[in-house]
Amino acid sequence: MTNITLPQPVRLLSPLGWTVFIGLLLFVSLLAPALNLWLPVSHPLHMSDFAVSLVGKIMCFAICALAMDLIWGYTGILSLGHGLFFALGGYAMGMYLMRQIGTDGNYTSELPDFMVFLDWKTLPWHWYFSDSFVATLLLVVFAPGLLALVFGYFAFRSRIKGVYFSIITQAMTFAFMLLFFRNETGFGGNNGFTDFKRILGTPIATPNMRMLLFVLTGTCLLGCYLAARWLVQSKYGRVLQAIRDAESRVMFSGYSPLPYKLSIWVISAVMCGIAGALYVSQVGIINPSEMSPANSIEIAIWAAVGGRATLIGPIVGAFMVNGAKSWLTMVAPEYWLYVLGALFIAVTLYMPQGVVGLLGSLKQRLQAGKGESS
Amino acid sequence: MTPDLMSQGAERLEKHKFKQVQTSASGDRDASFSRIHQPGVLDLTHGRILYLEDVNVSFDGFKAINNLSLDIGVGELRCIIGPNGAGKTTMMDIITGKTKPDSGQVFFGSTINLLHHNEPDIARMGIGRKFQKPTVFEQLTVFENLELALKTGKGVAASMLFKLNGTQKDRLSEVLHTIHLENDLLRQAGNLSHGQKQWLEIGMLLMQDPKLLLLDEPVAGMTDQETERTAELFLSLKGKHSLMVVEHDMAFIRQIADVVTVLCDGSVLAQGSFDAVQVDERVIEVYLGR
Repeated sequence: MTNITLPQPVRLLSPLGWTVFIGLLLFVSLLAPALNLWLPVSHPLHMSDFAVSLVGKIMCFAICALAMDLIWGYTGILSLGHGLFFALGGYAMGMYLMRQIGTDGNYTSELPDFMVFLDWKTLPWHWYFSDSFVATLLLVVFAPGLLALVFGYFAFRSRIKGVYFSIITQAMTFAFMLLFFRNETGFGGNNGFTDFKRILGTPIATPNMRMLLFVLTGTCLLGCYLAARWLVQSKYGRVLQAIRDAESRVMFSGYSPLPYKLSIWVISAVMCGIAGALYVSQVGIINPSEMSPANSIEIAIWAAVGGRATLIGPIVGAFMVNGAKSWLTMVAPEYWLYVLGALFIAVTLYMPQGVVGLLGSLKQRLQAGKGESS
Repeated sequence: MTPDLMSQGAERLEKHKFKQVQTSASGDRDASFSRIHQPGVLDLTHGRILYLEDVNVSFDGFKAINNLSLDIGVGELRCIIGPNGAGKTTMMDIITGKTKPDSGQVFFGSTINLLHHNEPDIARMGIGRKFQKPTVFEQLTVFENLELALKTGKGVAASMLFKLNGTQKDRLSEVLHTIHLENDLLRQAGNLSHGQKQWLEIGMLLMQDPKLLLLDEPVAGMTDQETERTAELFLSLKGKHSLMVVEHDMAFIRQIADVVTVLCDGSVLAQGSFDAVQVDERVIEVYLGR
């Protein structure tokens, strides 16, 4: 038998990758706080509060885009309901923040204001543990996780695929939006939660707390990226791609697709939930409009613009699209939705691999050109 | 060794002998009566790896499989031929769990009822299937394709923590060599030629180390040279594995066949050696028409 050199297992990140990764980690956790908190406002390198809140918000979206990439880019299951998981994580966090207001609300009651307004005397059952931070963290993970588990189990077991699955997820988030709009559901109706005062007993609206949440979000994004990278590079990730490309072959190779789809679906949902919790602590408001179908579609657009099945692409896409959005909504707010739609069409038609894929093929072409000339 | 230990040992040996006499006594019955039935373990003592009996399937009133009975021996290479619509692919769908028959029995070995299992279970138990249209994971490399097919833990956790060990690497190299793709192992499977994809898919079957291989038109789209090599490969697999080959290429069939089964309208029309089948009047009739 001839000796064949088999490829070595791929490293989690290349040396260059690790350098960039640690650089970003340092930027997020040390440099950004220094630029924002210590440099005077007049200094040219000062990072404004606006920039902190904007980037902090976009980093939350980037986590969602990453989650979308795992389920759509790698497994080929387009979810148009990820906004729901994001909102559920946000609502779990919001409940805790509402309880932290204590008696400082408009009605100086132990109960959140909207309950006083509705003339409720006691907390509803699903609010019982909302004063515990630990329970809240668990809820942030388990509320979207469990919903995804139950929904995913029935959907994948019935072998619902493709556009049908997308439509069902879209309907699911819409149904939840209607549910959360109702006052009886006990989540503040269409006003949702806002006017937060404290987190863990400390005021939430201070520059220091804002920075802390920024750092947390940044490290969380980088952590999620690393975890996703590990998943994707393991054989598990290759089975996911195999499911995307030829599911019947996967079955006849002895893999049952259900646990694979279900696990990545739940992981993806939990990532969105965490992003939602971080988002709500930073922007200070959560209401049912976060569950509107358009929000979920936007997550898919970020992933598509950046480049599916690249991990780094969706993060880039989230930054690009949201950066453009925040600029355009200031300059010409009425055109944003048209631009978004046009962008989606352009990306689908002309760069199916997204921005990162486009850069990759440009690089390849350049290298090929060099190879010919030398 | 003390005398004490020796006497204990002798005692134990005596007991063991006594026990063995007890278990091997079958009480004048056939030996098979005392065989222990282990669920999920392939039982080949009767020399048959696959039984189909009186299987019926109809799709919207069309009888795709009509009272089909067929059995395949251990280590046999069986060729299946038949005109289009004879039910060859449907038969494979039934064996691999993709289609449930309306009636009939399908057994793998003597004890495993295939109708009680789904596709991944059946694949893990040792039935590998090659599709009519080559189906490989186009975005993955040749190496990754084979690695996925490898016979190993197929659960989620097992896949997350999977690392190739030495034996598995040897197996991979061996299969890569067998399917002549050792120089293409880092190429994307989608970029392979049609014939190479067929080979890769056959390689993926071999990685699963199946007891029974179902091959649906394995040489379709191959060059003459590739067909030749495929024939050699199948002949070398015969004996170690049982094979069921569906093919339209008669030259290829002639090269590899011991026993040929002719399917027509969902049931067996004729069965025998290639030459015998070739001169069978009924076979000539369905192939050429009146």
